[in-house]
Amino acid sequence: MSQTQQAAAPKKMGRMIKTALWLIFFAALYIWSFTGLEVEWKKIMESLKIVNKMLAGIFTPEWGFIWEDEGVLDNMLVTLEIALLGTTIAAILAVPFGFLAANNMSKRYPILPFVEARFPVISWIGKRILNVIRTMPELIVAIIFIVGVGPTAFAGVLAIGLHSIGLIGKLYSEAIENMDEGPMEAITACGGSRLQVLWFAVVPQVLPEFFSFALYKFEINVRAASILGMVGAGGIGTPLLFALKGHDWHRVGAILLVVIIVVFLIDMLSGAIRKRLV
Amino acid sequence: MAAETKQIKTPSKLRFTIIFLVMAVLYVFSWRGVEADIGSLIEGWPYIRDLITGMWPPNWKYFERILDPMLETLRIAIIATTFGAILSIPFTLLASRNVFPNTWVTNSARSFLNFVRTIPDLLLAGIFVALLGIGPVAGVAAMTVFTFGIITKLAYESVETIDPGPLESMTAVGANKWQFIAFAVVPQALPAFVAYVLYAFEICVRAAAILGLVGAGGIGIMLSETLETFQYQKMATIVLFTLVIVIVIDSISSRIREKLL
Repeated sequence: MSQTQQAAAPKKMGRMIKTALWLIFFAALYIWSFTGLEVEWKKIMESLKIVNKMLAGIFTPEWGFIWEDEGVLDNMLVTLEIALLGTTIAAILAVPFGFLAANNMSKRYPILPFVEARFPVISWIGKRILNVIRTMPELIVAIIFIVGVGPTAFAGVLAIGLHSIGLIGKLYSEAIENMDEGPMEAITACGGSRLQVLWFAVVPQVLPEFFSFALYKFEINVRAASILGMVGAGGIGTPLLFALKGHDWHRVGAILLVVIIVVFLIDMLSGAIRKRLV
Repeated sequence: MAAETKQIKTPSKLRFTIIFLVMAVLYVFSWRGVEADIGSLIEGWPYIRDLITGMWPPNWKYFERILDPMLETLRIAIIATTFGAILSIPFTLLASRNVFPNTWVTNSARSFLNFVRTIPDLLLAGIFVALLGIGPVAGVAAMTVFTFGIITKLAYESVETIDPGPLESMTAVGANKWQFIAFAVVPQALPAFVAYVLYAFEICVRAAAILGLVGAGGIGIMLSETLETFQYQKMATIVLFTLVIVIVIDSISSRIREKLL
């Protein structure tokens, strides 16, 4: 007891110094951030004058634009299709990556010869690959595919399909790492091959979680697909960009309304299914 | 729930068939809807290959030019995350059922939050660019709303899982709402809240890096410039630099978050 009390005094000093250092760090960080930002107040003040117009426009959407041919609903449908196909492609392609990155699925190799510690090299490589895929923004991936297949919705599908492997693969690998290894051991003990272990012990355990993660990513991808059109990869983003550039606030309002309602409904539906799955 | 999963019942074949058929129709429909064409991918593959091979080697000299825009991206992320975090404090409390037992308050706060989170980040950026003009201020505004949505959602869920003991004792000694929040809620919820702010910062950096594509400042502007002028080696420099920054920030921030939680 007395020891802890003795130790308390220098600890308090240390804490104060630590707090002071953090304060200085944050003060410096904010000064650096705010002074470096070039803000043209005059321009902002001028543009703020149109806020009324904009809000008035957004709250009185152009209803005809929603239902017309190649209008909001048609484009929103394409957006959903992009998200669905892209997520499906990624959900399938991510399976091998998930197994590759799970550290209980990969053999452990010694780090150095004659050293006891063992390290799952394959899993480490798999995790790094998934990280890099995840870090490449999907808009850039979309632009790369547009160079190949032209500015179509198909480019959006490919971009979402490639980019989503990163997150889905990571979630898959975590599901595999967290599963119960009892059944695996049981099947190995009965003399099952590696393939049989995979099919009868691993797959039944992880499949519901895999579906759930794919659905979760689908929710995210509906949002992502709705902005892909801003770089020309199909869906609702293209008319939105035109409406924004032309300051056609009634159309922006119509698009926003549909995007918000559709995203909200998809979230609800997918959330309900996910709750039943896991 | 546990009892249900333990029961071994053969899944009904009819249900599976129906789900399978519905999915099949959806896929055929979507495949046609997006005009998917594997042929065009095979045909276009040489162009993609040229682009990727054209990116190598990255133009290292260009690094000097993109340092400033990259710092601007970081500035946008720092300021926006801060504003988002400050804004999220009242809404987190309003949305937590153990702080405000009145369901009318929590439900309306949650509906508002759900509404905010449905708007995609670049869409926000597009709106703010149209409103505030091209530049980093639009980026800050968009990212503030974006991080606000993320932080509040995560934070109120964690506030609801705090230990009810201190809350009850504060009520028992007759504390008012402010004392209740300051002495029972804040000390328990603070570490998780800071962790979520850091997490939001990570996401914000990633998002801020592409904001420039719609004119909202930061490194994204250089990205679209180099793309439009087919300077793929410069583009490679930008992409690599972004990757490095994002990975460094992610690893530092996740290290701190592990310590906090």
